[in-house]
Amino acid sequence: MKQSVIHVHLGGPLVALLGNPNCGKTALFNLLTGSRQKVANYAGVTVERKEGKLTTPAGKQLRVLDLPGTYSLHPRSPDERVTCDVLTGHATGEKRPDLVICVVDATNLRRNLRLVLAVKRLGLPCIVALNMTDLAEQRGIHVDVAALAAALELPVVNTVAVNSAGAAPLLTLLDQPEIWRSKLALATGGIAEARSAAIEADHDAVRRILQRLGLDQNIPHLLSDRIDRVVLHPVGGPALLALVLFLVFQAVFAWAAVPMGWIDAATSVIANSISAMLPSNWFKSLIVDGVIAGAGGVVVFLPQIIILFFFILVLEESGYLPRAAFLLDRLMGGVGLSGRSFIPLLSSFACAIPGIMAARTIANPRDRLVTIMIAPMMTCSARLPVYALLIGAFIPHREVGGIFELQGLVLFCLYVAGIVGALVVAWVLKRFTARNQVHPLMMELPIYHWPRVRNIAIGLWQRVVIFMKRVGGIILVLTVLLWFLASFPAPPPGATGAPIEYSFAGWLGRGLAVIFAPIGFNWQISIALVPGMAAREVAVSALGTVYALSATGDNTAGALMPLIAKSWSLATALSLLAWYVFAPQCLATLATVKRETGGWTMPLVMAAYLFSLAYLASFITYRLALAAGLG
Amino acid sequence: MGKPEQSTYPSTPRMNKKSLFTLDQAENYRPYVIHSVDAPSIAPEWQAWLEEIGFIPGEHVMVMARSLPGGDPIVVRVGASTFALRLAEAACVHVQAIAAIGTLEADPLASAAA
Repeated sequence: MKQSVIHVHLGGPLVALLGNPNCGKTALFNLLTGSRQKVANYAGVTVERKEGKLTTPAGKQLRVLDLPGTYSLHPRSPDERVTCDVLTGHATGEKRPDLVICVVDATNLRRNLRLVLAVKRLGLPCIVALNMTDLAEQRGIHVDVAALAAALELPVVNTVAVNSAGAAPLLTLLDQPEIWRSKLALATGGIAEARSAAIEADHDAVRRILQRLGLDQNIPHLLSDRIDRVVLHPVGGPALLALVLFLVFQAVFAWAAVPMGWIDAATSVIANSISAMLPSNWFKSLIVDGVIAGAGGVVVFLPQIIILFFFILVLEESGYLPRAAFLLDRLMGGVGLSGRSFIPLLSSFACAIPGIMAARTIANPRDRLVTIMIAPMMTCSARLPVYALLIGAFIPHREVGGIFELQGLVLFCLYVAGIVGALVVAWVLKRFTARNQVHPLMMELPIYHWPRVRNIAIGLWQRVVIFMKRVGGIILVLTVLLWFLASFPAPPPGATGAPIEYSFAGWLGRGLAVIFAPIGFNWQISIALVPGMAAREVAVSALGTVYALSATGDNTAGALMPLIAKSWSLATALSLLAWYVFAPQCLATLATVKRETGGWTMPLVMAAYLFSLAYLASFITYRLALAAGLG
Repeated sequence: MGKPEQSTYPSTPRMNKKSLFTLDQAENYRPYVIHSVDAPSIAPEWQAWLEEIGFIPGEHVMVMARSLPGGDPIVVRVGASTFALRLAEAACVHVQAIAAIGTLEADPLASAAA
């Protein structure tokens, strides 16, 4: 037995979950490991690596790896490559699995079993988890598990990844020592077969197995087909998609209002009670003006982020997202991309980082790079705090046409502006780089599923943790740093202005204000833009800190909205909104782009072009607003 | 890439059999059987990709939907799966109408009802 990389891993034998995309593999993974999951990256590549722990009924501790879904062992995208490398023992820093669980969709055995045959040839110990048997039964597909096991010469076990008892037979099977040994010799080389011949041979073998089991018919999913007649309708489909996206963005604003009020109230209660407890000195200022005002100003947007992610997860789980990609393929094709770019771009509405990472599923390298470059223009949730603050302060709260809310409508327009900007950039890039390019689509439209509460809950939880870690980590550090810059040096005795005007931040802001004056930004905004580079939402907490410290009375961050409504002109507010549509992305995004593209060229190009675009957009907006008499 | 006279769209049907044509020209909701799969010289890897997702000779296919405008891309049922394909991709798949091969294999919808 030879392994190219051998590392010492603690925590027991390694089990890999492998399967076609959409076979219910991740649902099974969630069922097996529950909340005991670690989400990270594979060494050297930015493919999401999900590992969890499970304990068998006999008390055996196992590590479970959820490999990226693949149709074959011939990779065509970076994440399929990871799956192949792990299985062949070529993945850097990754142990070759001790056992492979092939997850098979019982409603689509024909395609799924071909992968099983390919994995079996690798010589790794292998068992088959027959998933989605409940859905198969509903459609009249009865799989004889014993006969399938005999035909494949592999252990087969029934799993229903929906209910919690579904994994019990699989767990019991994992306790049997004989399944950890393979009958075949371990293949050490690559997968060096004549590809087409192997596919057809496997296809014939699968056909014979299915004939023996009496499953050699294709039974269509009638309900799914009926839904598709509406969803994929040439006219109705795009209209429905527009409606869905519009409702999502309305909901983000409407549903989040109440919990945001609670968080806001809780923040002021905490600030006031701590303020009452502490003696009036620099430490009180640090805690109340720096930490509480800064972090509170960001946490308040958690409800909106949760709602947006909730909708993305539900659309993803139900199977609607690939349909949306299909509907948008024509539009994307017009700017030199394919519908495959839609899912990375949609994820970028939550955060550009997972979006840029999701671009790895795009096989064409040019398309992938263009998708990465325009992803930051999708309005990420980190920009929501900025938009929410400015819209709340400057756009009146009233209804338009009886159904729509003016504030929601403005938000929708900002999202549209980002999308249009991205499409224009992609179109320009197409003019220069898309010659002789073919853009493969070949995208599966899985049958519709009811989204599983468990999967949505785990997905949401992982995203909330990531957001809160950012608040706790980088955002807090920067807020405190900004508080320091804004508080020292202290104003000279007898000074009349606000203390911040004499501080480091005051000098820095006045310096930057020279650059930003033509687009209508005052020195407070200019200061807030600096930490906004680290994470966009910090701009809001930075404004909170700057204004809390520049106020001569005892204004807290809670009063930020009326404060800026009073002191900024509408032209300045519109200019700042335009700035944030194309906003220079946060440092974490640039770091991700560097990792994905393997060099500093692309992140630098990205920063430069977005800066120019943002400045240009703000300049035009500000000048037009001034001309319209909004100054 | 490729010689200049080669087209990106290898959609010229093989006219050696009258009933043989490519999937992009297929009628909606009508079952066909795949005869062969080949790829344009500009993207030779498409053949293996299409085969791996299930476009294999002998498999049933049906066009389920076409988008507007231009009918590109299309939605194709192959076996029990559904895929969105660009017309250029569908043009790699040579198909035969079920009736034209003498209904050796039953109509998938009919067998579903049985």
